[in-house]
Amino acid sequence: MSLPLAEVNYVEATWVMVVKSIVIFLGVFLIVPVLTVVERKLIGRFQNRYGPNRVGPGGMVQPLADIVKLAGKEQFMPDAAIPFLYVIAPILVIFSGIITLAILPFGNVQDGLGLYGIDVSIGVLYFFAFSSLSFYGLLLAGWSSGSKYSFLGAMRSAAQLISYEVSMGLALLGVVMMTGSLSLTSVVDGQGEIWNIVPQIIGFLIFMIAGFAETNRAPFDLPEADAELVQGFMTEYGGTKFGSYLLAEYLEMFVVSGIAVTFFLGGWMGPGPGWLDPVWMVGKTLSLVMFFIWIRATLPRLRYDQLMSLGWKVMLPLATLNILVTSVIVTVS
Amino acid sequence: MEAKLNTDKTDWSAFPYLNEDDVISVQRGPKPGGVGGAYRAFGETLRGLRTTFGRVLEGPVTIQYPEEKTAVYPRFRGRHKLHRFEDTGLEKCVGCSLCAAACPAECIRVVAAENDPDHRVSAGERYAEVYEINLSRCIFCGYCEVACPFDAITMGHDYELSDYNRSDLIFTKEMLLAEPIDRTPLRSEGE
Repeated sequence: MSLPLAEVNYVEATWVMVVKSIVIFLGVFLIVPVLTVVERKLIGRFQNRYGPNRVGPGGMVQPLADIVKLAGKEQFMPDAAIPFLYVIAPILVIFSGIITLAILPFGNVQDGLGLYGIDVSIGVLYFFAFSSLSFYGLLLAGWSSGSKYSFLGAMRSAAQLISYEVSMGLALLGVVMMTGSLSLTSVVDGQGEIWNIVPQIIGFLIFMIAGFAETNRAPFDLPEADAELVQGFMTEYGGTKFGSYLLAEYLEMFVVSGIAVTFFLGGWMGPGPGWLDPVWMVGKTLSLVMFFIWIRATLPRLRYDQLMSLGWKVMLPLATLNILVTSVIVTVS
Repeated sequence: MEAKLNTDKTDWSAFPYLNEDDVISVQRGPKPGGVGGAYRAFGETLRGLRTTFGRVLEGPVTIQYPEEKTAVYPRFRGRHKLHRFEDTGLEKCVGCSLCAAACPAECIRVVAAENDPDHRVSAGERYAEVYEINLSRCIFCGYCEVACPFDAITMGHDYELSDYNRSDLIFTKEMLLAEPIDRTPLRSEGE
């Protein structure tokens, strides 16, 4: 078992870190707008239609048109809003998505260069700490908008948070126990023989379900519920602020998929030379994002009480049982 | 899963006025939550995923309208056409105004005039000097076609009739006599 790099005092030069963070940031930020149009096109295919195909070749320039439209809107704030919180909420949401990118490993150390932002020895905790922060963004948005719809959305997201964060943590705990490390690179290294999805299939399913809830995606998009809450916590937002929520949603989807790939689907592992590792990682992540979209095209939104009963009566006991069995097996073997 | 009627358990003697065959009993699934509900939800989710993926394999059914056009049926009632005799080239319309009388929207205006024997316009005694249809009022009911004793006016197949101002929608006799520039695709027999 290799130690996390931070623990063996493997530190890169500052300029390398800066370049790496810029590359990861820009890379993912170029993927995210493409994801928005891919989602719309895929949802279209799932419904026997084309989706956007007018702007540019095959509609692939659609996000540019969307961004220009959103950026051209008036900056608007309701009278009842609390200005500081109202502005800081979307920033917080985006921030929590971006900062988790830092620990996503796109490859192992190659020629003295780690293909990840930073390898922290508390990777899992880091992920949970910052992904939970995004809920503060939603809560603040709902609270500070001064609108009942927003407030209801915020309340729902709070309830969703406490129902799912626990099972999500427990789902990852099984992997952490098998690996014996919280560092994400060690977690991937530990999957050299067999991907964690095989022994931890229940953990994977629970993590994915909790991931849908975490990213407010269908079937757990109660906080934004377009039909009943008119986008919930986003009701009072418009223009670039609204766009930043949209961006954050896709970013979080990418991050949660990335974490799922890291923990269960072998991370960067795949046939081919070492420089293909980031390609494998991004490819697996994107396929998981496609799965998110597939699920959205398939499942209807859960009712509030169904969500609660699924979270507390099914997923929590299952996750607990999962780590119980895992811990027994890990201890015995 | 096959819908199964649980009529076997029912005590039919309690309902002498009911015929057993007429009764449909509702099958209820397990209550949400709990192990049974979760198991069922998981299975149904997989079934749903299969269903949506089937839609991907089927491919889109959208008709990309300006580029692709829907074919119309032969009896489709589109923009009107006025007709000439094919052999002599004379107009079939004799200016009787029966179409205008039949029109419920009152969108047809006919002004008849006597034919000059040297330069005949129509085959009859008179011809339509002015024949205008205001297509912004027309309801495409086809009564004009039915009323016409000479089959001079029929409903064509054109349906792309929008224009930038209302006066352009008043079609004159020349426009109605001319062949449409873009022919509307027509459905073949049995399609």
